[in-house]
This record gives sequence, C-alpha cells and structure tokens, in this order.
Amino acid sequence: MSLPIKTENLTKKFGDFTAVDQVTFEVDRGEIFGFLGANGAGKTTTIRILTGLLAPTSGDARVAGCDVYTQQEQIKSQIGYMSQLFSLYRDLTVRENIRLFGGIYGLSKTEIKRKTKSLLERLDMQDRADFEVASLPLGWKQKLAFSIALMHDPQLLFLDEPTSGVDPITRRQFWEQIYEVASQGTTILVTTHYMDEAEYCDRTSIMVDGRIEALGSPDELKQKYQKKTMNDVFVSLARNAERGGGGT
Amino acid sequence: MALNHRASDIMDIVVEQVSKQYGSVMALESISLEVESDELFGLIGPDGAGKTTLFRILTTLLVPDQGKATVLGYDVVDDWQALRPKLGYMPGRFSLYPDLSVAENLEFFASIFGVKPADNYDLIRPIYRQLEPFESRRAHDLSGGMKQKLALSCALVHRPELLVLDEPTTGVDAVSRKEFWDMLKKLKNEGITIIVATPYMDEAARCERIGLIQEGSLLQVDTPQRIAESFDKNLVAVQVKDKYRALQLLKSHENTYAVHPFGDSIHVTLRDPGTSPEHLKVYLREKGLKEVRVTPISPTIEDRFMDLIQSKANVITY
Repeated sequence: MSLPIKTENLTKKFGDFTAVDQVTFEVDRGEIFGFLGANGAGKTTTIRILTGLLAPTSGDARVAGCDVYTQQEQIKSQIGYMSQLFSLYRDLTVRENIRLFGGIYGLSKTEIKRKTKSLLERLDMQDRADFEVASLPLGWKQKLAFSIALMHDPQLLFLDEPTSGVDPITRRQFWEQIYEVASQGTTILVTTHYMDEAEYCDRTSIMVDGRIEALGSPDELKQKYQKKTMNDVFVSLARNAERGGGGT
Repeated sequence: MALNHRASDIMDIVVEQVSKQYGSVMALESISLEVESDELFGLIGPDGAGKTTLFRILTTLLVPDQGKATVLGYDVVDDWQALRPKLGYMPGRFSLYPDLSVAENLEFFASIFGVKPADNYDLIRPIYRQLEPFESRRAHDLSGGMKQKLALSCALVHRPELLVLDEPTTGVDAVSRKEFWDMLKKLKNEGITIIVATPYMDEAARCERIGLIQEGSLLQVDTPQRIAESFDKNLVAVQVKDKYRALQLLKSHENTYAVHPFGDSIHVTLRDPGTSPEHLKVYLREKGLKEVRVTPISPTIEDRFMDLIQSKANVITY
C-alpha cells in the first residue's frame, strides 16, 4: 500500500511569490502528523494542494497514491476534511447533514441509512437527530463534523484547526477521538495554534517562509533545539520568519 | 451624567449581578466582577461562554436584562454617550474598513473621536511603526497579524482609558501571540486599563488577574497563581510511550478522578489521597506499558479550570 502522503520538492508560486518552497515530507499510515507553521508560512496552500483543490507549480506529491496534478478528483474521494471554517450546514438538521454529506461522498441510500444509525448511536445523539445543527453546543458540532468527515471511511483525514475555541475538556475529548481513529489505521494531518497539542502528535513539521524548517517527533525536536516545550521550539524557529502572517 | 464620576479611582469596572438572555439561552447569569484601574485583566473561556456579551455590555453596545455595570465611573446604560470616547474596543471579528487603506482607517477612527493620528502617535508608534511600510495598502489585503496590529492601533488612536480586547489572538500563531502580549504589557505601563478575552489558557499567566468563565457564569476570579493553587486535589503527571492505551487504562482505574492528556504527559487527578504515584506506575507496568514515569506535580491554571468545569457539570454530557 502506498504512503498516505508523499511529497518531493513540492512548490507553489503565485506570480513571483513562492508560497510553498520545495517541500519534501512523508506521512505514514495511522500516523498523527502535526502540520505547524506561523501564519502565512504556506500551510494552507500546501493543504489545498494535498486535498486536490490547487495544482502545484512544480515538484511531486501523491496523496493516498493519487497524483496531485492529474488525479485531484480521486484524491477528494479518498480523504476527509474538517476545519473551523468549513464544516456543517447550520440550517439543516443533524440527520439532513449526514444525508447530504453521505450523498456528496457518493454513498448509496442503504449505506447512508446504515451510517446515519451507527453515527447517531456512537455520538449518543439519537434524540437530537432532527435538531438544527445551529442549536447544538460547539463541542457537539465538532464531534458531529468529525464523524461526518469520516463517513466514507477515508484513508486520510485533514483537520484544520479543529479544536479552536472549545473548552479545555472538550478539546481533550476531541483529541481522544483522534487517537481512536488513528489507532484504527486512519492517517491524520492536523494543524493547530495550540502548541501543547503539537505534543500529542506522533511527528510534527514546522513551516517557516514556505519551507519545512523542522520535522520529527516532539521529543526529537525538543532535544535537537534544546527546548523544554514545543512552544519554545516553535517560537525559536518561527521568530525569524520574514513573512509576517498570511490568510488567517 | 453621573456626578460621582471617578469617585472611586480604584475600580475601573464594576459589574453587579448582570444577566443577559437571548431567547432561551442564558448568555450571562448574574455576573459580578471588579477590575482595578491600570489592571491587565483576562477573561478566559471557550466560545459561547459569554465573553463577547459581557464586553458588549461594558462597551455600551448591549443593554443588560438585569443588574448594573459601571465603567470608569459611568453607568453603561445611562451614561453611554459620556463613556464611549473613553473606551477603546477591538471586537473579535475584524471590523475595520477593508476598502480603506491602512492610513485611511487610522485617520477615520481618529476623526470619529475628534483627534488626529499625530495627537497620540507616541502611544501607537511601537505597533503602527510595523505597518508604516504598507500605509497605502487596503486593509483587506493585509495579513492576519498586520490586521490585528492595525485594529489595535485604531482602538488606541484616541488614547482610551480602558482598552477592551475581544479574542485578539484567536487563530494567531504562537510568535505573533507572544509579540501581542508584550505590546499589551507596554500599554498597561502607559496607564491604560486592559480587559482581554482569550480561549488560550497559556495566555492567562500573562494577566494580573483572570476570570474563568463558562456557560455564562464566572467560575473563579483571582490572580493566575492563586487560581492554580486553589486546585485542591492530588495531581500527578504520567509519562509513557503508548499514550492512547495509557489513557484508557488510567480512566478505568478505580482511584483516578480525572484523566487528561496534557502536552507530553497525562495529568491524572487521584481520587484517594492515599494512592501513591508508585502505585499507579506499578499498575501501568503490570498492564504491559513501557517507559512509565509518574511524578507528583503542581497544578496549572488549566488543571484548575478543567476541575471547575467538571465539578460544575458533574457529568459533561457531550
């Protein structure tokens, strides 16, 4: 089986601006990979390429074995994606959201029915199935969005700042869900601004000015840069960034 | 106009049993709070806790259903017109004019308060200086960090007595967040009272006092140190190779009260003060876990906050 993510000298230019600069890395199956970087370092652009939304300028990348230049649609069917910005339709009920995304992912009617049942059970949300998503507490919304992103059993799940704004207990419960699906073999690529969460990852990369400046397990990185926490590692690397903040 | 304006020079904010309800949702439930003059006060809590509602009441943008709030000696309902020029407010959502340039935004906000950017330039200079090379760029085209700096400059351009910052660092990377807090410290030293909301626990330690807020209630208000110290249970850190399995095992252990992943370790609150770290270590080893280290630790603010949430909800239903 091919690696969930493999890139080589992946580069994206917008005009004369090099957003992603010869990025090379691999992610293993079942790995929780923390994709860190300062605002504007090129994380979002890289993720857009890896999710089949944007073609690179040069270099290579394969996601779930599919080529990012020629097989963008196949990539989309192999991955799940969840972020703070794009998640569920607030005006639809829980059940309607499940049905909608099931349809988008190309599941059959029978599969959608089966998935709806198991998903509601697992989240203990049977009695909320016909509530509008807008009425749910934030923690529930995130758990629902997480489960829906996994509905089509993707090999690889992209989580873009999934825990932003939730209370510390809900944040940790969310991470336990991440651990659970990773232990079942799903690969996770996660971005976060909470540096203590970087410590939860198997390996992390830190992007600065379009390049991957550091890559390794939290322990390896802390040792290499002689720092006590990932926050200190991050600050020492990103402090000298020339690009001062991008999209978010 | 309140005759007793600034009768008390000690308290810049006095909130007495303020409640606010939206439909069936209690956004604020009988909140009481005092913030001293020249204090750097942090309101720490997740989305939906009521931080923004409280800030809107303090900045006269929203009227409380019940209770009373006084800011800089002015009643927020009766004296709103007198109060507003003394406030600097940076809302959570970027609220500058995207089509105006950096310089135009600053001039616009200055003109609203009847001043010129040059009048208080010494105050905003350390922040605005970094924007000067981009003065003619439209605000829309600025990076996240730059937008944040411009918004802060605009909130300060009339030299307010109280600065109200609603989640200024949300979604901002660790380096920019650190810089931002360094700036706040300088502003505080200029004699500006600051009240700031944040969902990041690690920022709490940078405030002089903090209030922990959850579901419309203030759970605790004190100095960061005293809040951490008020955690009154037995806390240990477990370091282990297979963290996911250790989490499950620790949760099913009869003497653990709370088990949370915490950076590179797992924080475990022991139910029985008699359970020793050694006991937990033996237990995990017997279950086949390797490289187990268990050490008693001092609690952090986050430990205390989680304990308060847990005690309050007793059972977290989601």
